[in-house]
Amino acid sequence: MSVNTHDAEGRARARALPRASRTPRRRTAGLLFLAPLLVVNVLVIAGPALSSVAYSFTDWDGINTPGFVGWDNYAALWGDEAFLNALRHNLVWTLFFLTVPMGMGLLGAYLLSRIRRGRTLFRVIFFVPYVMATVVSAAVWRQVLSPTAGLIPALDAFGVPWVGGLNPLGDPDLALGAIAMINNWQWWGFLVMLFLTAMQSVNPSLYEAARLDGAGRWREFWHVTLPGIRPTLVFLFLMTIIWSFLVFDYVYILTQGGPAGSTDMLSTLLYRTAFSEGRAGHASAVGVVMALISALTIAGYLVLRRRLRWDV
Amino acid sequence: MTTTARRSRRPRRLGSPNRGGPLVYLLLILLAVYAAAPIVVLFFSALKTPAELSTNPMGLPADAAWENFLTAWNNAGMATGLRNSAVIVTATAVGVCLISGAAAYAMVRLDVPAPGAITMYLLVVTALPLQLFLVPLVSWWTKTGLYDTQFGLVLIYWAIYSPFSTLLLRSYLIAIPPDYEAAARIDGAGELTVFFRIVLPLIWPGVLTAGLIAALQAYNEFLLAVTFIQDSEALPVSISLYSFQQGFTVNHALVAAAGLIMALPVLALFLVLQRRFVEGYASTGLAN
Repeated sequence: MSVNTHDAEGRARARALPRASRTPRRRTAGLLFLAPLLVVNVLVIAGPALSSVAYSFTDWDGINTPGFVGWDNYAALWGDEAFLNALRHNLVWTLFFLTVPMGMGLLGAYLLSRIRRGRTLFRVIFFVPYVMATVVSAAVWRQVLSPTAGLIPALDAFGVPWVGGLNPLGDPDLALGAIAMINNWQWWGFLVMLFLTAMQSVNPSLYEAARLDGAGRWREFWHVTLPGIRPTLVFLFLMTIIWSFLVFDYVYILTQGGPAGSTDMLSTLLYRTAFSEGRAGHASAVGVVMALISALTIAGYLVLRRRLRWDV
Repeated sequence: MTTTARRSRRPRRLGSPNRGGPLVYLLLILLAVYAAAPIVVLFFSALKTPAELSTNPMGLPADAAWENFLTAWNNAGMATGLRNSAVIVTATAVGVCLISGAAAYAMVRLDVPAPGAITMYLLVVTALPLQLFLVPLVSWWTKTGLYDTQFGLVLIYWAIYSPFSTLLLRSYLIAIPPDYEAAARIDGAGELTVFFRIVLPLIWPGVLTAGLIAALQAYNEFLLAVTFIQDSEALPVSISLYSFQQGFTVNHALVAAAGLIMALPVLALFLVLQRRFVEGYASTGLAN
């Protein structure tokens, strides 16, 4: 076996293993120990993913033998109002999740970084929604936002104007925002935790220096904290974009894309197209587009990183 | 990555940001109310009658209707759901730990071809959206008889949760010197013995974290469970609860009681193992 000396990992491995112990027996053992992971992965992920790409060029119905149709499924997406509608909602969703939860996460983490008493308690409270199952939090919020048994009649009885008769999850103008807000409730505490971990590893001498320069809290946050957590910030920005194009659970549980398509997402569209309408070839094309959006996001990030020489 | 994040915590006194005053606590309390109020409402609602829920939707229950839990338990099929979830979650966690522990051991200590390429493959696979392989997977599983079986679902969980735990356990294993294994091998122990008797115990904290995360993800998972299990006798609890809250006349009080039954094991576990949860999840955010 040859060790590639240019490969840092190879060098580390060569150091870790005495020469005599790198025998054929260890090669066989290595493959055997790795096999379960590779087998289930190829069977469940890589295999179906590749066949999904192939199916996207067919008129497959999910059961019968597919027929080749070339780029037809992709061409049809371009003029498909349902697809564009879903894509628009995913874009709105992305904008919402890049701003509201990010802002709340930064605020929560920054506030926590400035206190000592009660920090663990607050952190636990912020994080609890994140460990709840989506079906449970959907149930809570369905009741809280119900027009008959929730916050709305309570506010109405309290004398708050305009709210009487509102039905956030049943109103096409409000439903998307309502679901985004519900998802945010579960999500932002997770961001607090990640941001707080990052803020705690910012070099303390930078804060000292800023204070000696007479910087106020705002400038300290802007010039020390934010640059200090930039790797986490950039990473979460990237993941937020990727996840926002894949969102499924809350939409499917709460509205199934309704009312009147006002909350339809690429994922719910794909699900319906494949499993209710039996247009599996078309759905595969939607799946490939979703994967391409993720891939383009990552590629864009890599290009930016190289151009701007970001060290993240 | 977890380990570095954990170790780089510094003493807080010197040079941390400016200390907060009452305004900081006020804002924190507001955020805490936002996070906690819906959970409090869940507790309250679970103890109300439908009549009280419409007259007093948000407040304390006047007269705790404990019988809601019994009714919800029976009507939503919680016993079957929780039993099935226990099986699915245990099988998922144990399988993920074994699969990814073995793979991490092979990548760090044994001789595998192109370990760099395997790490790259794992990173790409964790980034692939479920939606890309969902449709053919349903068709494959139908053909092989795995569709609508708990084993079929667990097999999918093994595949999607083990790449991340492999990377996690790999980072634990790299930090441990290979001396113990070498000693055992000189004594004539085979690789299986070395793996089970030496390696797994050494990276046990990592195994616990990986298992806990896989278990929680499997318990809360929705999309795959709703797609791959139809048989009402095999449904996990998340799908029992989902079916229970569908329909035109939803009894919110009973749904809240059933939701609380499903959430309680996780909430209890979270409060006990708070630190491990936070560390584990911090690594899910960073190891992707």
